[in-house]
Amino acid sequence: MSVLDAIAWIRDDVNPKARGWEEFYRNRWQHDKIVRSTHGVNCTGGCTWQIHVKDGIVTWEMQGLDYPLLESGIPPYEPRGCQRGISYSWYLYSPLRVKYPYIRGALLDLWRKARADHQDPVDAWKSMVENPDSRRRWQKARGKGGLRRTDWETVLELISASLVHTIKSHGPDRIAGFSPIPAMSMISYASGARLLQLLGGVSLSFYDWYCDLPTASPETWGEQTDVAESADWYHAKLLAVMGSNLNMTRTPDCHFAAEARHNGSKMWVFSPDFSQVSKYADEWIDVNAGQDGAWWMAVNHVLLTEFHHQRQVPYFDKYTRKFTDAPYLVELKKGNDGILRPGQLLRAGRLKQYADQQHGEWKFLMWDEKSGTPKMPMGSSGHRWGDVKGQWNLLLKDGKDGSDIHPALTFLKSGDNVLQVELDDFGMGTVYQRGVPTRIIKTADGQQAQVTTVYDLMMAQYGVNRDLAGDYPTDYDDEQAPFTPAWSEKYTGRGRDDVIRFAREWGRTAELTEGKCTIIIGAGINHWYHANLMYRAGIHALMFCGCVGKNGGGLAHYVGQEKLAPAESWASIMSAKDWQSTPRLQNAPSWHYVHSDQWRYEKDFTDYHTVPKQHDEDNMASGHAMDMQVRAVRNGWLPFYPQFPENPIEVATAARESGAKSPEDVAAWVAERLKNRDMKFSVEDPDAEENWPRVWFIWRGNALMSSAKGHEYFLRHYLGTHDNCVNEDMAEDSVKEIAWHEQAPQGKMDLVVDLNFRMDTSALYSDIVLPAATWYEKADLNSTDMHSFIHPLSKAVPPCWESKSDWQIFELVAQKFSELAEKHFPEPVEDLVAAPLAHDSPAEIAQPNMKQWIDGGVEAIPGKTMPNFKVVTRDYKNLFNQFISYGPNVREGGLAAHGTGYSIKDEYDEYLKTHPTVTWNGNTYPSLRRDTEVCNTILHFATVTNGELAYRSYKNMEKKTGLPLVHLAEKSRSVRASYEDLQCQPQRFINSPMWSGLIEDGRTYSAFTYNIDADVPWRTLTGRQQFYLDHPVYIQFGEHVPTYKPKPLPTQYADLTFSEGEAPSESQVLTLNYLTPHGKWHIHSTYGDNQRMTTLSRGVDPIWISVQDAESLGVDDNDWVEVYNDNGVVVTRAAVSSRIPPGICIQYHSPERTYSVPKSPLRKNRRAGGHNSLTRTRLKPNFMIGGYGQFTYHFNYWGPIGCNRDTHIIIRKCPVVNF
Amino acid sequence: MNIRSQVSMVFHLDKCIGCHTCSIACKNVWTDRKGADYMWWNNVETKPGTGYPTKWEDQEQYHGGWEKNGDEPINIKSTGKARVIPNIFHNPHMPSMDDYYEPWTYDYQNLFNAEEGADQPIAKPISMITGEEVKVEAGPNWDDDLGGSQIYAANDPNLEGLSEQQRLQLSSVERLVFFYLPRICNHCLNPCCVASCPSGALYKRGEDGIVLIDQKKCRAWRSCVAACPYKKTYFNWFTGKSEKCILCFPRLEVGEAPACFHSCVGRIRYLGVLLYDADRLEEVANLPDEELVEGQRSLILNPHDSEVVRKAQSAGIPDGVIESAQRSPVYKFVMDWKIALPPHIEYRTLPMLFYVPPMSPVMANFEDGVASHQMENLFHGIDEARVPMKYFANLFGAGHEGVVRYALGKQLAVRWHRRAETVGDVDRATANRLLREADCSTDEAEAIYKLTSLCTFEDRFVIPPMYREQAIEMVKEPHEQRAETGFGFVGSPQRGL
Repeated sequence: MSVLDAIAWIRDDVNPKARGWEEFYRNRWQHDKIVRSTHGVNCTGGCTWQIHVKDGIVTWEMQGLDYPLLESGIPPYEPRGCQRGISYSWYLYSPLRVKYPYIRGALLDLWRKARADHQDPVDAWKSMVENPDSRRRWQKARGKGGLRRTDWETVLELISASLVHTIKSHGPDRIAGFSPIPAMSMISYASGARLLQLLGGVSLSFYDWYCDLPTASPETWGEQTDVAESADWYHAKLLAVMGSNLNMTRTPDCHFAAEARHNGSKMWVFSPDFSQVSKYADEWIDVNAGQDGAWWMAVNHVLLTEFHHQRQVPYFDKYTRKFTDAPYLVELKKGNDGILRPGQLLRAGRLKQYADQQHGEWKFLMWDEKSGTPKMPMGSSGHRWGDVKGQWNLLLKDGKDGSDIHPALTFLKSGDNVLQVELDDFGMGTVYQRGVPTRIIKTADGQQAQVTTVYDLMMAQYGVNRDLAGDYPTDYDDEQAPFTPAWSEKYTGRGRDDVIRFAREWGRTAELTEGKCTIIIGAGINHWYHANLMYRAGIHALMFCGCVGKNGGGLAHYVGQEKLAPAESWASIMSAKDWQSTPRLQNAPSWHYVHSDQWRYEKDFTDYHTVPKQHDEDNMASGHAMDMQVRAVRNGWLPFYPQFPENPIEVATAARESGAKSPEDVAAWVAERLKNRDMKFSVEDPDAEENWPRVWFIWRGNALMSSAKGHEYFLRHYLGTHDNCVNEDMAEDSVKEIAWHEQAPQGKMDLVVDLNFRMDTSALYSDIVLPAATWYEKADLNSTDMHSFIHPLSKAVPPCWESKSDWQIFELVAQKFSELAEKHFPEPVEDLVAAPLAHDSPAEIAQPNMKQWIDGGVEAIPGKTMPNFKVVTRDYKNLFNQFISYGPNVREGGLAAHGTGYSIKDEYDEYLKTHPTVTWNGNTYPSLRRDTEVCNTILHFATVTNGELAYRSYKNMEKKTGLPLVHLAEKSRSVRASYEDLQCQPQRFINSPMWSGLIEDGRTYSAFTYNIDADVPWRTLTGRQQFYLDHPVYIQFGEHVPTYKPKPLPTQYADLTFSEGEAPSESQVLTLNYLTPHGKWHIHSTYGDNQRMTTLSRGVDPIWISVQDAESLGVDDNDWVEVYNDNGVVVTRAAVSSRIPPGICIQYHSPERTYSVPKSPLRKNRRAGGHNSLTRTRLKPNFMIGGYGQFTYHFNYWGPIGCNRDTHIIIRKCPVVNF
Repeated sequence: MNIRSQVSMVFHLDKCIGCHTCSIACKNVWTDRKGADYMWWNNVETKPGTGYPTKWEDQEQYHGGWEKNGDEPINIKSTGKARVIPNIFHNPHMPSMDDYYEPWTYDYQNLFNAEEGADQPIAKPISMITGEEVKVEAGPNWDDDLGGSQIYAANDPNLEGLSEQQRLQLSSVERLVFFYLPRICNHCLNPCCVASCPSGALYKRGEDGIVLIDQKKCRAWRSCVAACPYKKTYFNWFTGKSEKCILCFPRLEVGEAPACFHSCVGRIRYLGVLLYDADRLEEVANLPDEELVEGQRSLILNPHDSEVVRKAQSAGIPDGVIESAQRSPVYKFVMDWKIALPPHIEYRTLPMLFYVPPMSPVMANFEDGVASHQMENLFHGIDEARVPMKYFANLFGAGHEGVVRYALGKQLAVRWHRRAETVGDVDRATANRLLREADCSTDEAEAIYKLTSLCTFEDRFVIPPMYREQAIEMVKEPHEQRAETGFGFVGSPQRGL
């Protein structure tokens, strides 16, 4: 046979008659309509999707491609959307879909019986919940099956009865709700939050709890987080990617990094494993897990040496002087031991020439080179909150006489003296002395202050050898002296030459491009206990080289999704500020640490947190984290709910009965009771029954599993059901400020209600599961920090089966609640709300010292040295009416966020004429009845989508700063975006003073370009980016200067106290560091359980271990392993890979324990848990301070974070697999 | 000269992020049904790795593709010389369920329906074929990201020719590496799936070269499954028909990119028309291994050449398609720049999907417990990259390194050039020297950079007009079709010989 014959078999067929069968596939492709929506999960993607509908069924989704282009020379955003998003349509009709309301059978039986016995549902609930046996009955059944389908009427009545009862018997602050990351579906988030706040309940934070909050950001910039959109990476000429796995977690954005490389950018990846993003790297640096801080400390050593000391780069020099605190004067203080150490910034008010200044304690000094005198630049927190407006800016002018300032960065050549200061080497546990050039300044009291500059202090701390006396390194090869390249090797495992080469490339690139070096950073760093130090070291490399506030430069922190773009109007709806003041917003890390009793299972934090040896008596860097938590609440630094053992409604009533007339009287009365200890804070006795949280709503999240650090403690102490924890109480001898109960309570929660579209772990363990509409079945809004567009969620199909949108569900609860309230709360009641000192308020200048009223160190003053106490009137009978109306307070008081604000009175009145309204009690309001109406209300009154309001807000900022700013809004002044507009095409935000990036003319968003371009201060103590954190507690913890602290050792961290030796001696076991980075097949726990993702992975979420470790365990790839520690146990399969280094294991966040999880032979053959069965939360105490510049509380902005990366586990081959 | 037009593809592997969005886009639309559930017309593999079905590149096992023995003309390896072959009822080289995987789901309903018990209920894995409980031991992406690398990556057939030492190094930290290889049907010019079908059910569409399996004609011989060396035809166990990637012709016909192209969030995919000379297929398919890449290129005709245009017109290729071929991004990558290469051209099917080989991180040294890089320059050279050149050669060069070296060298030179343009720490002279060495002008470098980085949807996908009215006209008046389409009853393919 010839070849020709063979080839001839290949027929080119053009005959359509013969090809009529092709309609088989053409028919499949046909569809009836396409609807724009997106995914409201906790994901930064923010991708616009086309939902395809055929026969009234959602068949599949494809990405939308119609993003408007930004500036030219930038790759477009299309397409956005990842493997997870495109698998979402699976859920809608899947066997995992929650189609109807479900209730725990044991609870339903009791409810039916109680309802038969009681006419009033509230009495019925009371009879059940106050009977310990019946309460235990349904608590013990939690998570053990026995769910029953029920109807909406039954569950709405039960839930509402529980709310009324809880408010009457305990107080509204025993009702809590958790829903994460509002930006992704902000109306759905707002629904439950609005109900809670109208009730007086508690909204739990998420960004800090998820450990997404990079505390170094508020530390340095006074900003929760603000970052570049992903298109801006394209401008970066050096990309340093650390702890962020771009293709796994920034999937739709990753192309910008890949494309930047082809445009000549260099990319370095830092990761202990050969992570997915390492594939792209020019250089992969396998820095030891959690040791990135040491790398960056050494980088800064080189940068300062070569680009600041040996040679001064003019651009770096100018930037550092103007935009950082480097020139500020720090006072050196002698301790009781006679040793000189860095103290606080020298306050302007202490100098004679500035003694007359208002808030002189909150204004600071630079050394003016020209005049040879100290001068007081504008822009500090003292200027921000002073009576004289227009002085809050970055102009280098004296705040008193307006004269120019030419700040000295260093006293190296002009100092009076070189003095030795003591600094800590936490790595080796020693101290060293290094010389700093100083000046002597006379203070008004006739004393002399020894001062140096922050810059000189940084030079000393980083160990830059400037020929000054002291323990300076000899050169880069000095292995003993922190923080040389040679020093870093023992921590990072990487060679010194790499550090030096990296630093030189970094400095050179930043010099030539004026700051186009970007650090893309993520949870791989932020979840460590000492994450703030690692972040700060990286941030310093950016600041020293002028990279912050530059397109193509800066810290691109992408963990979680904080960027809710239209924040002002959304916040007013979410927190019901349109009806009342002072919401109850709780930092979740503290709440869970305290209420789930995790604090009982550890001793002093100094067991694992390395701090300087104590220098003075009232040092807070010692003791138990719980004691610090109590201090933080008492002093108003952090919120805590419940507030008091008493019902806050009764507290308010009692105050009135005792004669308090004004709100101030009530506050003073409460303060007095607290001061004389007649009443305590709940946090001082959290295990007492009167201080338990009682009712918990969970929606849009997986609060019992995915985010439940210490999941097993939740099961034990919140739910009162089974758990696999073997840990035991150990805090009794450590805690000083806490009432100790011999027996920790189990089952604090009366009722847990979960709204869900799928049966996830939280749903499985809840008492009531309400069927929630999916993201293709409701209207909502979505924004992200990864790009600058705002997206709608839309109804491709109506809510399926009996599901309803979150907004609708909470509206129905509100309605039922108001019905019951007619009888139980016929008149409005007063509720006493305790709230912490707030960021972006004058409370930022509450106290320059950390004096406490409890020991008489300072007066107990509400809102200054203790929490604020506010009286809020609650009209429960009309709560439903309030819920569905955009209330009058915003019309009168305007809207605000991030310290910016504006009036909307005229717009509100106009809106009433053009949009749907509701009328009750004779008044008419904009309607919030339907989710589309909520979308439009948010869009209409937010600065990023209403150009006139942005203009107005800039105008107000002009008054505060004395700077010209409204020009930033001119080009977009006519922009108005409606929900319907967004459904047509993704629409970009516009410039707003609430955000720190400028984006006119298609400019890519990069954080802090507003500050750099327009001279607007950061919201910090000095108004500048802070190298130096002079808070007294930071000084006590040794974190006032950038530094390196060692990772807590497993023995110190006490995760293995009771589980070491648990396995039979014949078992081969290993102790490994347990890492839970974000994975490829999940967005948190969503998607991971769908059939697409399980098929493309391995059907379970395996533990990834190294070949070497697997060998020593006798484990082959895909073998089942048992992974355990004191907190709990996981049984899963092993993925053995040479990609993983020995000593660590990875289980990608976040598995459910609902599918393919066998039982644990070690833990009584009970069902093994999920990844958070092995974790618990520990709070880093220095994040608990408040009332001091950027260290002032704001929801999701400041406070301890739920770190869990330092966890260790024991692993062995699972001897028997039993489902 | 017998000019045909072929819709062809380029996948830029340096940009591939291994996300599998493409796979799911395809699955959602085409293979999410009984019998097709295990099929992944589009899949993404981690390389080194054994892929899906496992070790598909091992033709010792599967006998896929064409075989060339000495001077004899090529033959279908799976069937021997005869067209209708002795193995028609039993082909020992056919992949089995174990080579794919048993599709599974979970007993999710147990979470809702379990009675109250002493422990938490669970959804156990169950087979989608039998409905019984199943142990999950394999999947379509089992060795993703080097999972089980000692079993999978270490047995990658492309490691052939690497020394034992080199293979070992690939799993140590200094050399450790992987990249992703997304795969669809290559819609080959010389497809042995088509050639192997005893029923004549497979054909290449005249207008665009898409290879299809007629769902009416297919008689379940499965010869195509055995013959395709890329294992991109699959047998539907429910309908009894084989199926394969259809390049989303229903989407192409309305001017939309195939679903996997549309959804490629790494923006790695390009699609456009190539004109080729079908008369020379035979000659080229028989060239020695080392000449195949160049040989295939020589088949592809320059659409800007007026002679080619004239002949194409006379061959009945519409002006719109010719115009589309002139704008084809595939032509640029494959022909103008020569940086996209066919996979395993030694299988001699002449695949029309081309890959731009990826760059990889620099190799490391490891001494005294400390790792470091020996870098003299800002960017490392292609021989310092972690993927051994020989490995690429096996994948994209029929074992020969030259074409891969050329493709990688040019990519790297473009980066140097852009660095010089945008930063200036690289001097112009150095960048120019590197461009010269890579056989690349600055204009070409700019063009490569733009199509790689700045490409819009319209740049990436130049979809030829399909003139559906003319095709329909051969059966029915388009005017009638307009009024009638959609009415009528749709029939499914029926099982049967």
